[in-house]
Amino acid sequence: MEDFERSERVKGFVPGLWTTLWRIVIAVVVPAIAFAVLYVGFRFLRDSNAPAAVIAIVAILWGVGGVGLLFFLFNWLITRLGPSWRQRLQAFLFVGPALVILGWYLVIPTARSLWLSFFGPASDNFVGLANYLYVFSDRVMQVAFRNNLLWLVIGTGMSVLLGLIVALLAERSHLEKFSKALIFLPMAISFVGAGVIWKYVYAYKPPGQPQIGILNAVVTAFGGDPVGWLTVRPWNTLFLITILIWMQTGFAMIVCAAALRGVPTELKEAARIDGAGEFRVILSIVIPYIRGTLVTVSTTILIITLKIWDIVFSMTNGLYGTEVLASQQYKQMFKFLHYGRGSAIAIVLLIAVIPVMWYNLRQFMQREVF
Amino acid sequence: MASKEEKEKKTFSVTIILLVICLIWSLPTIGLLVTSFRDRDVVSLTGWWTVFKEPQFTIDNYKQVLAGKDYTYVDSEGTRITARTENLVRAFLNSVTVTVPAVVIPILIAAFAAYGFAWVQFPGRKVFFTIVVALLVVPLQIALIPILRDYLRLQLTGTFLAIWLAHTGFGLPLAIYLLFNYISTIPRSILESAFIDGYTHFWIFIYLILPLSVPALAAFAIFQFVWVWNDLLVAMVFLGTRQEVSVLTQRLLNMIGTRGQDWHLLTAGAFVSMVLPLVIFFGLQRFFVRGLLAGSIKG
Repeated sequence: MEDFERSERVKGFVPGLWTTLWRIVIAVVVPAIAFAVLYVGFRFLRDSNAPAAVIAIVAILWGVGGVGLLFFLFNWLITRLGPSWRQRLQAFLFVGPALVILGWYLVIPTARSLWLSFFGPASDNFVGLANYLYVFSDRVMQVAFRNNLLWLVIGTGMSVLLGLIVALLAERSHLEKFSKALIFLPMAISFVGAGVIWKYVYAYKPPGQPQIGILNAVVTAFGGDPVGWLTVRPWNTLFLITILIWMQTGFAMIVCAAALRGVPTELKEAARIDGAGEFRVILSIVIPYIRGTLVTVSTTILIITLKIWDIVFSMTNGLYGTEVLASQQYKQMFKFLHYGRGSAIAIVLLIAVIPVMWYNLRQFMQREVF
Repeated sequence: MASKEEKEKKTFSVTIILLVICLIWSLPTIGLLVTSFRDRDVVSLTGWWTVFKEPQFTIDNYKQVLAGKDYTYVDSEGTRITARTENLVRAFLNSVTVTVPAVVIPILIAAFAAYGFAWVQFPGRKVFFTIVVALLVVPLQIALIPILRDYLRLQLTGTFLAIWLAHTGFGLPLAIYLLFNYISTIPRSILESAFIDGYTHFWIFIYLILPLSVPALAAFAIFQFVWVWNDLLVAMVFLGTRQEVSVLTQRLLNMIGTRGQDWHLLTAGAFVSMVLPLVIFFGLQRFFVRGLLAGSIKG
């Protein structure tokens, strides 16, 4: 590489017409060939009927190799431009691709969604604030807001509370690692997978038939009537929230456990010597000490919960009054094909996360990393 | 001394409580796993827990779910029913095809960007990085409609490239943030000696920084892997419902819709979709936990 650069520089001192032309030709032809190869790969992947395994291998090689190739190509080009240009374009080589993609996929869409939220279903007629009026006044939307609030308060609250309790228990037990692994395991499962798991837990058969869902089996074993857990309003939302709690408690537990390890033993010992019981130690010493961590965990789960969609979509599809904001947004987009309303709900979701964004930015500014 | 004894006594009762919690937590998953190995006739008639009284297992459900052949059986009223079963092998391969590049591409781009933010001077460095931090919590729902319109115009919908780019875009803020935190702490002296040897930023990055950053890259890779593998929303929007490209979560969702009462198939299908993340969970548990913790602030 070094030799190559040095020879480039030597050539640069005798800028004959031929060399200049040759360099331009090379600088055009090499990228052109590279793009042609990538395009052929794209066409193959889009149109080919090859076996799935072949497609998988080609796609992975093409996708991963293509991005690597583009970086090398870019570097090769700016190296040929000479030191002064290289200096100027270097930063763009590094952060350019990321900024372009972030701009295309997140920054500009935010503005575009805001813009679209003032237009009708097909985004061609200006309707002013009508979509927002709909969002805040429609009956289904009001149910969605109410449910979302339940998800946020109960889902987040219970996940953090249970996570903290399990972390405290695990710390004081023989089976710390084993129990943590079991509680954390649902984090590896998709929301749809969890949906199947819990649909089976909630499975309902009419009275008299043997229940195959474990919950109804327990209920009938105690002499009760089987319950259609997913259809009884308004409790069904709580049974959906249970799934989220089941999945997120492990996350809260792991973070809390890490913070608990940071609580100084001397503090706890001092309180115990003063005669404080274990509960008192936890309430007055441990929890105040890890308050910062609890805030972080809560905001993280809060944001996950705010956008929750898969659970509702796979369990009830929003029927029986279980709609939430994100599932309404999806429906507006793909069922009612109303891009205006869909965008308006997306903007509402964005506004809801702004406090957290603000908090993050303030923390970041205080760190003074630059 | 006294307090230590007291603590150990407590430990025993606490362990029992914890075991009960763990049992409750695991029951749903155990039920799924057990059912997926039971015969279809027993599954619909008895609860999975009866298996402990009369154990009897089969792998037919997995055969049926994976093979995707026509399946003829005679139902209780004696009529022959032919059902086309789900072929999850194709969906599994599609999930791999979607996931691997959707993990590697953002890592590569983010590592370049993180190095740029950490070690290359350019105007607007601080402003751009602040934007990255702000983007950490932006809900991806905000991008669905605009990007879908772009994809329709570019004829990208339903292609793997479309979903790789989407996952790259949505994963980048976190990837850049994490990798920046790591790369910016690499001692300046290591870089300076490389500069003196005449290397450019590009080759320092390739030869020096990438190998040094492997722990951070691995942590993000595991987070992004689990995220993309388990994703349903992005796949539904940008891949569409075409069978040739649909991924495991989509097919599983389909099965819930079309075979909602065929628990023997649903459970097997669900387990097929879970097996790879679970292998990673048990095989790389420490990295897995670290990755998910690192990725916990994703928007």
